[in-house]
Amino acid sequence: MYDFAYHKPATIADAVKILSADPDARAIAGGQTLLPALKHRLNRPPAVVDLSGIAELRGVKRDGNKLTIGALTRHVDVANSPEVQAAIPALAKMAGSIGDIQVRNRGTMGGSVANNDPAADYPAAVLGLNATVVTDKRRIAADDFFQGMFTTALEPGELLVAVEFPIPEKAGYAKMRNPASRYVMAGVFVAKTAGGVRVVVNGAGPGVFRQSEMEKALTANWSADAVAGVKQSAEGLNGDIHGSAEYRAHLVTVMAKRAVAEAG
Amino acid sequence: MPQVTLTVNGKAHTVEVEGRTLLVELLREQLRLTGTHVGCDTSQCGACVVHVDGDSVKSCTLLAVQADGCKITTIEGLAKPDGTLHPMQEAFREYHALQCGFCTPGMVMSAIDLVKKHPAGLSEKEIREGLEGNLCRCTGYHNIVKAIAAAQDVMHGRRSELARAAE
Ligand SMILES: Cc1cc2nc3c(=O)[nH]c(=O)nc-3n(C[C@H](O)[C@H](O)[C@H](O)COP(=O)(O)OP(=O)(O)OC[C@H]3O[C@@H](n4cnc5c(N)ncnc54)[C@H](O)[C@@H]3O)c2cc1C
Ligand code: FES
Ligand code: FES
Repeated sequence: MYDFAYHKPATIADAVKILSADPDARAIAGGQTLLPALKHRLNRPPAVVDLSGIAELRGVKRDGNKLTIGALTRHVDVANSPEVQAAIPALAKMAGSIGDIQVRNRGTMGGSVANNDPAADYPAAVLGLNATVVTDKRRIAADDFFQGMFTTALEPGELLVAVEFPIPEKAGYAKMRNPASRYVMAGVFVAKTAGGVRVVVNGAGPGVFRQSEMEKALTANWSADAVAGVKQSAEGLNGDIHGSAEYRAHLVTVMAKRAVAEAG
Repeated sequence: MPQVTLTVNGKAHTVEVEGRTLLVELLREQLRLTGTHVGCDTSQCGACVVHVDGDSVKSCTLLAVQADGCKITTIEGLAKPDGTLHPMQEAFREYHALQCGFCTPGMVMSAIDLVKKHPAGLSEKEIREGLEGNLCRCTGYHNIVKAIAAAQDVMHGRRSELARAAE
């Protein structure tokens, strides 16, 4: 790892100031993605801005029909939060299934959402639940936030502050993990929300995407049988040594059925 | 150079580090606590697991500066000053839960965190799932799981002495 200047600001404003002054500076939250990347010398930030001193980025708050989760909230805290478990059990369960205990003890929601790894779990939940990403500058609808592999609407220097999750009527998530890396080969997050049914696929493609045929099928009939007949096209999906695009496409239907069963 | 102050196994240290210094490098190279191992250095094997403020973390995936002000426990901090082993260490010995021993410090640290956070007790399946972040290249998982199952009874006070391994 190349060396860098280390900053630990105490406020969002100070963090944004340092990050905006130098477009190559990087924020660090849990470091579970950034540090492995820096060790590979994938990039060389002159400065690393530790967000952990900013208390307002942390915590879970229920406000009427919406759950607001601070960017710095760790996976373990979301998994164990009574508020999340009561309001959106599928979200708590998803957070508890990320990586391993040690990764969940450090990794944060904001880091996962900002990173937008195609095989990550959080982006599926954020898009599936029609959440709103709140930054230091603006509010971004999930449909506009995720823009393909490792790409989001965040601009250089922009800080993810929180994500607001509207509480759905029901939601469920199922994934097939790669047996070695344990990352998602194909996952499906389904939700019945005030704004309609949403079905989101992760792991299988270059980024999270909505499966509109399944959304239609579930709107007409909310049941595992309704999605069983919907085939996902293999076009554009990932194919690698772990599984072909056709295999991943097949998994999408299987995971969709399981996710609906999980949602109840 | 940044300065970090942390408590390691009950003893306070103030150390100069680089921004990029990993916690495991601080422990091994500056404090000479070499019981914490580095297996993969890519956040996968768990040989480097230590406790930071009571949570198990991979010390190869944490900057030393991120641990400023924290309480760290390493494998060296488990036994009593008179040499009496922690029940988890004792169980690993009794159940032959190691072969080459390379993964053992991380296994023991992960296992203690896992057991502490599940006061109601863990099933064999839960123990196996809880070890997701620790790899044993000698594939001695079977005895590791048995050792943890036995140690939890002592740690939670359900038994005063470790159940002996079957002959
Ligand atoms: C062994 C292992 C297994 C894993 N398994 C899984 C898995 O099964 N599923 C899964 O989803 N993930 C998995 N992960 C990734 C893990 O969930 C990470 O914690 C997460 O992707 C990143 O969170 P972090 O807080 O560690 O972010 P960091 O590594 O600190 O940051 C990641 C990126 O996000 C940026 N960033 C962080 N916070 C903000 C913010 N508030 N605003 C703007 N930018 C920000 C950083 O600059 C950096 O570019 C795994 C990781 C490891 C090491
Ligand atoms: S050395 Fe840290 S996880 Fe392998
Ligand atoms: S005992 Fe050899 S790696 Fe586990």
